[in-house]
Amino acid sequence: MSVELDVFVGNTTIMDEEVYQLWLDGYTVNDAVKVRMEGGVMDECEASKDVLLSDTMDQYRTFQMCERLLHSPAKLANQLLFQIPPHRQIMLIERYYAFDDTFVREVLGKKLSKGTKKDLDDISAKTSVTLKSCRRQFDNFKRVFKVVEELKGPLVENIRQHFLLSDKLARDYAAIVFFANNRFETGKRKLQYLSFQDFAFCAGQLISNWTVGAVDNMVEDMDVDLDKEFLQELKELKILITDKDLLDQHKSLVCTALRGKTKVFIEMEGSFKNLSRGLINIAANISLPLRLYPCRSDRWSAADMKLYLTHYTNSAHILDTFKHQVVWDRYMGVVKSCIFKMYHD
Amino acid sequence: MPGKLKAKIVAGRHLPVMDRASDLTDAFVEVKFGNTTFKTDVCPKSLNPQWNSEWFKFEVDDEDLQDEPLQITVLDHDTYSANDAIGKVYIDIDPLLYSEAASVISGWFPIYDTIHGIRGEINVIVKVELFNDLNRFRQSSCGVKFFCTTCIPQCYRATLVHGFVEELVVNEDPEYQWIDRIRTPRASNEARQRLISLMSGELQRKIGLKVLEMGGNAVVGYLQCFDLEGESGLVVRAIGTACTLDKLSSGSAPNTNTHMHPNTAPASNACNSPSKDGKESPLAHGCRSTHNSPVHSVCSSQRLSQNFSVSVPTLIFTEEPHSVRCRPGIFLCPSSPILSTDTLSLPGSGSVGCGRGSNPRATTSAPLSSIQSDSALLRKSVSFTEDLLLAASGMGSGGSAGKEAGPLRTLLRQQTQTALEQREFPFFTLTSFPPGFLLHVGGVVSARSVKLLDRIHNPDEPETRDAWWEEIRQEIKSHARALGCHAVVGYSESTSICEEVCILSASGTAAILNPRYMREGCLDIGCTDHRFEEPSPPNCGFCHIPYDELNMPFPAQLTYCYHCRRQKVPDVLFTTIDLPSEAAVAGKGCLIQARLCRLKKKAQGEANATAISNLLPFMEYELHTQLMNKLKLRSMNALFGLHIQISVGENMLLGLASATGVYLTALPAPGGIQIAGKTPGDLSSEHISSIQKRINDTIAVNKELYQINPPELAEEGVGSPIPEPRHRSRLFRSHSESSDELSELDLSHGKKDAFVLEIDDTDAVEDIHSLLIDAPPPTGFYSCNTENMPGISNWTSGVQMFTSVRVLRLSNANLTNQGLNKIFTDLCENLLKSFYFKLRSMIPCCLCHLNFTVAVPEEELIQVTVTAVAMTYDKEQTQEKTAEKPINKGSLEAEEQLQFPLELCADSSSSNIQTASKISGVGESTNMSPRVSSLERCSPLQEGRSRSLRSSRSFGGSSVTVVKMTPLSFLPGTRIIKYLGIINMFFIRETTSLREEGGVSGFLHSFIAEVFAMVRAHVAALGGNAVVSYSMKECVFMENPNKNQAQCLINVSGDAVICISETDQESSASTANTGQTGGSETDGAT
Repeated sequence: MSVELDVFVGNTTIMDEEVYQLWLDGYTVNDAVKVRMEGGVMDECEASKDVLLSDTMDQYRTFQMCERLLHSPAKLANQLLFQIPPHRQIMLIERYYAFDDTFVREVLGKKLSKGTKKDLDDISAKTSVTLKSCRRQFDNFKRVFKVVEELKGPLVENIRQHFLLSDKLARDYAAIVFFANNRFETGKRKLQYLSFQDFAFCAGQLISNWTVGAVDNMVEDMDVDLDKEFLQELKELKILITDKDLLDQHKSLVCTALRGKTKVFIEMEGSFKNLSRGLINIAANISLPLRLYPCRSDRWSAADMKLYLTHYTNSAHILDTFKHQVVWDRYMGVVKSCIFKMYHD
Repeated sequence: MPGKLKAKIVAGRHLPVMDRASDLTDAFVEVKFGNTTFKTDVCPKSLNPQWNSEWFKFEVDDEDLQDEPLQITVLDHDTYSANDAIGKVYIDIDPLLYSEAASVISGWFPIYDTIHGIRGEINVIVKVELFNDLNRFRQSSCGVKFFCTTCIPQCYRATLVHGFVEELVVNEDPEYQWIDRIRTPRASNEARQRLISLMSGELQRKIGLKVLEMGGNAVVGYLQCFDLEGESGLVVRAIGTACTLDKLSSGSAPNTNTHMHPNTAPASNACNSPSKDGKESPLAHGCRSTHNSPVHSVCSSQRLSQNFSVSVPTLIFTEEPHSVRCRPGIFLCPSSPILSTDTLSLPGSGSVGCGRGSNPRATTSAPLSSIQSDSALLRKSVSFTEDLLLAASGMGSGGSAGKEAGPLRTLLRQQTQTALEQREFPFFTLTSFPPGFLLHVGGVVSARSVKLLDRIHNPDEPETRDAWWEEIRQEIKSHARALGCHAVVGYSESTSICEEVCILSASGTAAILNPRYMREGCLDIGCTDHRFEEPSPPNCGFCHIPYDELNMPFPAQLTYCYHCRRQKVPDVLFTTIDLPSEAAVAGKGCLIQARLCRLKKKAQGEANATAISNLLPFMEYELHTQLMNKLKLRSMNALFGLHIQISVGENMLLGLASATGVYLTALPAPGGIQIAGKTPGDLSSEHISSIQKRINDTIAVNKELYQINPPELAEEGVGSPIPEPRHRSRLFRSHSESSDELSELDLSHGKKDAFVLEIDDTDAVEDIHSLLIDAPPPTGFYSCNTENMPGISNWTSGVQMFTSVRVLRLSNANLTNQGLNKIFTDLCENLLKSFYFKLRSMIPCCLCHLNFTVAVPEEELIQVTVTAVAMTYDKEQTQEKTAEKPINKGSLEAEEQLQFPLELCADSSSSNIQTASKISGVGESTNMSPRVSSLERCSPLQEGRSRSLRSSRSFGGSSVTVVKMTPLSFLPGTRIIKYLGIINMFFIRETTSLREEGGVSGFLHSFIAEVFAMVRAHVAALGGNAVVSYSMKECVFMENPNKNQAQCLINVSGDAVICISETDQESSASTANTGQTGGSETDGAT
């Protein structure tokens, strides 16, 4: 005796958020049933394991049928197959596009290609996110990337409108798209300690200050591609390290301002040249703003760093022969905030 | 040329990719009506084409308008090969043919393909211009309104109820035509869908003609069914109740005309509940049923049919404690002398005399069926019930009628009878009635007949089937007459087909109706009539027996009504109708099911039919026994909405009886159940007493659970005309006494409460155990299969309609009956458990209108299909009311009794019913909790409810209208302002890639979701926002996993409506609106 067929269909589609999450997390039906049993749902309504199994199967089927719609969330609102109250639609979409920070950290900056997709099982093993869930997240990244690639207008806004995501989630996706597009490497060992949210913040800074879109908001890829003219101009900042006079002048101005205000003054003074070189080199060769690592020192506190950078930036304005004030601000503004963000344990 | 149909194709969206190369589609549309076809331009390379076509105009007869659907086909243009079909939309334009329904159909329809399911959507606008046709000989019946709803629809009032209409059309099933061998499955499915659409159109038109002939303008309780007979054809048949309905404009209604009151006051007052009240009569225990079967026979005639009627002796138990376990017997006295020999030869029908019911006279009447005997067929008819029949009809013409009311009653009955006798079949498919319509209820009447489909002479002609149904209806009619009733209400018909064997079933509730609604110019006559009406209080009148207590049609135990103390009532009442809203009940109701499996040898032809017909009476008998036991176990005394389905398979028969149990305070309290061993020392007395204890505990728990606290003390305070000393003790006795004593007591006090189950073998033990298996619903849940949940009516806005299908494969080849029963019972119980679990977020909630359908699609498969609606209610309110109820009961009772006669004398021109309703209004505020709440439901209030309704509408910017669906005739918290027409859709879905679609469950899941989507889309296109009286009539599922194939047919129907939140129009009148008058005033004001 076996149940050959078992379905339950409501006029208003019934969805249990807990089961949805289990489905998203890539649990098999049987595993999901186990988790639910442990969660104590059986006590409600005197359910048995069979009841739970049947319910879980129903829901999994429903989610599978919905998945196609979730790939283009706008369809969910005007499709006729499922009658889902709007607040539920929002929940479905938001959760479907949610991702694990540990997972995204692994693929951030990588090309969203088939090659990467093949490596997902390694990533799955490493992050202990199920392969199924990894695939969904990866496909989401790829889908969003593909759609916004060809769109004009602000990146975050495009993502939000096309995928009906919350502002927060849309910003995160913008960061992912940005990294994927520019292939900034984030996998370096030195950067391991940084979380996705750190990177997302930096990406946000870069998007709003360094991209084409920061100047002109009607071009394609405005928020994905960096402003080439600006990058060109950045090269000219080199003068700060190549011109010996300027370098010395800059150093003395900074040191004067810092003297007595920090415990690590000696070290700051000593490493000024290196630090400055590091900062300016990044500007000249933007591949990764996160090469800023040299700034990081065990002994500097976040406040020290802040102090140092503030004076470093401001002092440059006082240099008479330094003509690139506008570029300098646009550059240092972002670099400063990124470094602040990254300067944590 | 009486009509012009216009259609415009606007746009498509979400189309599937038809050209792999470009990932796009070059779509165009064909619009077809009758033999005319138009095409749109091709909209190249788009998945969201904008056609914006011109208006395609079809000039057609209105006959065609009624029969034909508008057929829209979306295709992908292909320059080199044939165009590929994407899918189709069939639009039934019937709703556009009544002036009061929809004026335009406009909206997005899912494009449906029988192989691929829904593939995108298309936006269409359809209009109809009708020209007046004065041709008296016309074949069309445009303008007759159809309602699936089995009560008088909200916002209408019935001025006249004309009665039964039926029609049946037959055609060859395309699936069985020779051409099917060479055409694609898609073509075959589409041919079938189209044919059924045509046939239902034709059927509806023909019924419409009958209604017009009768002078009516509407069909209420329209029930249409398909019989897929296979080789012999495809039958579409329908029954309904012809009425003359007047639309209530919301402003005009009630106050002016007293005669309108019976309908408008209560009905407009919400149409929800009061309209379903009608007084019904209990079907006393008597469930009468018949079985007809072809029997291997003496002569070589084409068709043999043998009838025997069985009055299922549900009550024999109560009568004779000794006879308890008379399982093998069908205990009726064979009566027709002519036939008696045949009777005896019938296997299995060992006859056992039933003490009281048998009446020696009256043996002569000819078997009903003989009327139709034609030379070609030989009929043996054994009618067990003729005696009863005669007895009863004798009573009508002057037999001694019981009490003071006797003469009046007789007079009344005669009047009514004449009105009804003009009708061939005084049947009504309605299950709830305007107050006053139903005077008494006699009991459930049912008839079954087994037929062989391969013996039909002219399979393409409807005559044979017409004759079959005619025969069954005659039988039903005679059963009703035997119960002293002239009408049958809550009437329905069904079939079960397996290969060439077909079981036809019909059932209903015998009743006595108020003649006023039956006659032309009824209202005037009504004025005079009412004087003769019995002054039976509305909340118990329907329980009073309609038959003569000296010549009872079956053994019953009568007592004086516990309400009015004036008339006799039976101790148990079974009916197929809904609980009248004015009925006085104690506590809550609950779903009661009896389930039964019987194995049968595989056989062919007549042998098979005989085997089946021999099994039927046993099944029916056992189902009733189970029902009765379960009813007692829940401490209830009446069943409403009883529906018994017997489904036939190759090697087994399945029986499922569902009903809603309730405690009617007018009826005596049920006694407990006592267990007794057959012989002392037979089984250890310990064992027996432990079972007894479990039973007693269960009864106690159930009483608590369903809050059954009959207001006993209060009643006695009123002073009953007939003191009933035993009354009180009865309630508690079975709890307080040990089983040993009981068996003795039983004999002495005997019949009063004795309901003894005797344990004489292991089967009996099993049976008792299975009784106790039914788990009560978890806390916060109630369930019923009727429109009203007895004891709950303060619904809030949560509504969730659902369909669930489960198919079980029996792997074990040698199962016993017992084993099968267990499996089947578990299947049903587990389904219920699943529902409770899935819907737990709606607690407190009630599953209403639980409709179970069973089938045996293949040899080892059992299929159960359930459609129901879960509705949330306000728990607090209910509790308050029940708490306050018993206190006031006594005094009110007195008031009520006094007031009634007074009103009657003082105001003889106002209708009796009005007084009745007034009184109930008085009672409402305090003692009739169920009714109060039902009133409130209709009355404009309850912010919570309406808020959520509105909010659901205003949600988001989605372009899709929210369409609610419910199998009930109302949506809580809303008022139906317009009926847009009937929805009657038939779909076939087939797949050749079953695994890829997620197996059978995945396949059916998406198909059901698609059906819902298409229903909602059609309703939305009509301008509606809800479907009421929704039902899934057919869900035929066939699979062939080895070939990776499956096919499913689904037929659904319902009424498309526009409903508005009660608070939308009616402003602040939400304050406690206890009296009915208050309610109707507010209503009239809007």
